[in-house]
Amino acid sequence: MVTITEAPINTQEVIAAVQADGAGAINVFIGTVRNQTQAKPVVQLDFEAYDSMAVKKMQEIADQAKAKWPIQKVAVVHRKGPLQIGDAAVVIAVSTPHRKASFEACEFIIDTLKQVVPIWKKEIFEDGAVWVAAHP
Amino acid sequence: MQVKIALFGITKEIIGSSKLKYELGENADVNNLLERLKADYPALQNLNSLLIAINDEYAQAEQVLSEQDEIALIPPVCGG
Repeated sequence: MVTITEAPINTQEVIAAVQADGAGAINVFIGTVRNQTQAKPVVQLDFEAYDSMAVKKMQEIADQAKAKWPIQKVAVVHRKGPLQIGDAAVVIAVSTPHRKASFEACEFIIDTLKQVVPIWKKEIFEDGAVWVAAHP
Repeated sequence: MQVKIALFGITKEIIGSSKLKYELGENADVNNLLERLKADYPALQNLNSLLIAINDEYAQAEQVLSEQDEIALIPPVCGG
């Protein structure tokens, strides 16, 4: 399961997608919308994605993780559109035979996703908005 | 040749559209396109990074463009 969605992410579905008889561990990462940036209150986050390339890159990252760790199943779901405080922006689930690999693979996937997947977020403040990471 | 460029995030706001059509010389490469864009829209020069994707893949500076390519301008990404 590797997708971009405008609907709220169903975390239980993502976890169910990686359940496997050979798994001794399922590790889940949920990236959520925080209510502030450097002490400035955030009202909303708008996510935009280049869907076709984003899905392709997320699949490549999942495949890279599978090559490095003994992954049974992996799922990566990223949401786009307007998100409110507390909403899940991304859910990653990895199942492996033993727990250490599931932690490592999950961390690798979110770290790499942030670096290469063409998804952008705009922080909406009470007095304006900023595209995150755009400027030095 | 005429190329179409898809725009996202802050580049969409700087250029004021989600798509752009450009007339480029034959054998124009990624570098030529980026130079043109940065000259026409100087605010692009202030970004942390600016990449071109061709057919859903990050392109190298010397990669030659063609009219059939799906080209996108990629400002600094920030998912998760």
